[in-house]
Amino acid sequence: MRTINELAAQETLRGRPAGFDVERVRQDFPILRQQVHGKPLVYLDSAATSQKPQVVIDAVTRYYQAENSNVHRGIHLLSERATELFEDARAKVARFLNASDAREIIFVRGATEGINLVAQSYGKMSLKAGDEIIISAMEHHSNIVPWQILCQETGAALRVIPINDDGELLMDEFKKLLNARTRLVSVVHVSNALGTINPVKQIIEMAHSHGVPVVIDGAQAAPHLSVDVRALDCDFYVLSGHKLFAPTGIGIVFGKAHLLEAMPPYQGGGDMILSVTFERTLYNVVPFKFEAGTPHIAGAIGLGAAIDYLTEVGLDKIAAYERGLLAHATDALAAIPGLRIIGTAKEKAGILSFVLDGVHPHDIGTILDQDGIAIRTGHHCAQPVLQRFGVPATARASLAFYNTREEIDALARAIHKVTTLFG
Amino acid sequence: MSDLRELYQEVILDHNKRPRNFQKLEGANRTAEGYNPLCGDQLMVYLRMEDDMIKDISFQGSGCAISKASASIMTATLKGKTKAEAEVLFETFHKMVTADLGVTFDQLEVGKLAAFSGVREFPVRVKCATLPWHTLHAALEGKREAVSTE
Ligand SMILES: Cc1ncc(COP(=O)(O)O)c(C=O)c1O
Repeated sequence: MRTINELAAQETLRGRPAGFDVERVRQDFPILRQQVHGKPLVYLDSAATSQKPQVVIDAVTRYYQAENSNVHRGIHLLSERATELFEDARAKVARFLNASDAREIIFVRGATEGINLVAQSYGKMSLKAGDEIIISAMEHHSNIVPWQILCQETGAALRVIPINDDGELLMDEFKKLLNARTRLVSVVHVSNALGTINPVKQIIEMAHSHGVPVVIDGAQAAPHLSVDVRALDCDFYVLSGHKLFAPTGIGIVFGKAHLLEAMPPYQGGGDMILSVTFERTLYNVVPFKFEAGTPHIAGAIGLGAAIDYLTEVGLDKIAAYERGLLAHATDALAAIPGLRIIGTAKEKAGILSFVLDGVHPHDIGTILDQDGIAIRTGHHCAQPVLQRFGVPATARASLAFYNTREEIDALARAIHKVTTLFG
Repeated sequence: MSDLRELYQEVILDHNKRPRNFQKLEGANRTAEGYNPLCGDQLMVYLRMEDDMIKDISFQGSGCAISKASASIMTATLKGKTKAEAEVLFETFHKMVTADLGVTFDQLEVGKLAAFSGVREFPVRVKCATLPWHTLHAALEGKREAVSTE
C-alpha cells in the first residue's frame, strides 16, 4: 500500500495534481448541483456518507429496470444475468482490495455488520474466558460494542491501545498489551473522528509475531487510500459501500479463505446451505455460507460500478488531490482564532474535527447549514475518543475528492460568521 | 442571517454565555438527568420542592446554546411556581417551539420563553430546546431513569 505522503510527492501543485480535474469530477455527482437554503450545497460530510456518481445511480436503475431477478436460484435468463452481475461485483471488490480470490469477499450490509459477523463467527469460535481482544482508543462504536457483546458471552476481556494528544496510537503500549492471552486485534484503519491513518501494516506484523489475527475496520480508509489486503496481510478487512460512493445497505468483509472455511455460519437461512433436512443441514461453501437470505443485489452492483468509477478517476490521483485539499483546509481552520483541531496526527486523511471556544458544535452545525454547508456535529459514534480529548462533541468537516478549495474557503468564512454571532 | 437572528436571539446568547442557576443545588430533594444522543447534550436538573412548590431549582451539564439557554431561562422562570404551573408552562413552551409558522403567542402567557419562538423554524433544534423541560418533568414526577430525547 502506498501512503498518501508518497503520493503527495508526485503532486505538481499542492491540491492540483496533473490529470485531476475537480470541476469535471463534480459533474459526475448530480446532487452537488443543488442549492440548500438558497446557497450552493457545500457537502463536507462524506465521512458520514459519500455522494453517488451518476454511473452508480445508473447501474442501480438499470438493474431494476432491466435485470432485476433473484440470484443463485433461477434457471431463467434474468436470474442468470443478475447472478452474473452480482458475482462480477464480487470479483471487482476482490481486485479493488487485491484479494487473491473472490471467495474471500462476503457481502454484508456494511462495516457494522461485517464486524459483528467476524465477532459472532470467528470470535465465538476462538475465544474463551480469560482471553483478550485488543482494540484502540479511537474506535467507532461499531468496533467496540460487538467485542463487548462477545466478551460478555465468552468471558474474554477487552484491552485498549491508548493514543497521544495528536490522536496517534502509542505503539509501545500496543506492544505491551500483546501477550499469550491475546486472541484477536481489531483496529480502525482511518479514524472517523480524528482522521488519523493508523500504521496497520506494522500492527498486523506485531500481532502476527504473536500468532494473533487482525481485523481492520476500513470504513473510512477505502474512500481515501488504495487498500491491498495481501500486502497488509490482514486477516479480515471490513468496509461500507455507502462511504465508497456506492449505495447504502451494502458492505464487505474480506477474510482469508482458510479462516472463512474454518468459521461457522453467521446467520442461517436460504442461500447459505447445500441441503437441508430436519436432521442435518449441509452448509454452502465460502462465501455463500455467510450470505443467508436474498442479498442487496442492486447495492452490490452499485458498489461494483463505484469501484469501476474510482479506478477510472484513479485512486492515486484522488489521494494526491485530497492531500492538498486537507493541507489547505488545515491551514484555513487553524487560522481561525479560538478554533482547535482535534486530531493532528502526522498521517491523516481528509477529516477535520474541531471545537470552537464558547460555541457548541451543534450551534456551529446549524449556522453553517444556513450557508448551505453540510458538516457533522456530535460524538461521531466514537464517544470514548472524544472523552479522551475532554470534549463531549466536535464539529467535523470531512472531505472527498469532489470538494474544492473554494468550498473550504466558504467553510472558513462561515465559521468566522459563527464567531461573530457568538462574539 | 435573518433566520439565524430569529433563532439566536440576544436573550439566548446572553443566557448561553452566563447561564443562571448553573450549579448543583444543595438540599435538592428531586433530581433528574436528560440526554440528547443526537448531539451529546447532557443535563441534570435539581429541585428543592416544598409541598407542591418549587422553592429552588438549578441545572448543570453541557449542551448547545439552545439547550443551555432553555435550561437557564426555565430555572429563572420556575422559581416559586407550583408543580401544576410548571407543567402548564411546559405545555405552552412545547406548543410554541413546535407550532406552525404564523401562529402567534400571547406575550403575557409565554413571557421570557418567547425568545424560543424562532426554534420552530429549525425542526432539528426542537429537541435541544425541550430537553431541559422533559428533564424537569421527570424530576417533578420523581422518575429514576435518565430521560432521552430519542
Ligand atoms: C470508522 C468507522 N467504522 C465503522 C463505521 C460503521 O459503518 P456503517 O454504519 O456503514 O456500518 C463507520 C461509520 O461511520 C466508521 O466511520
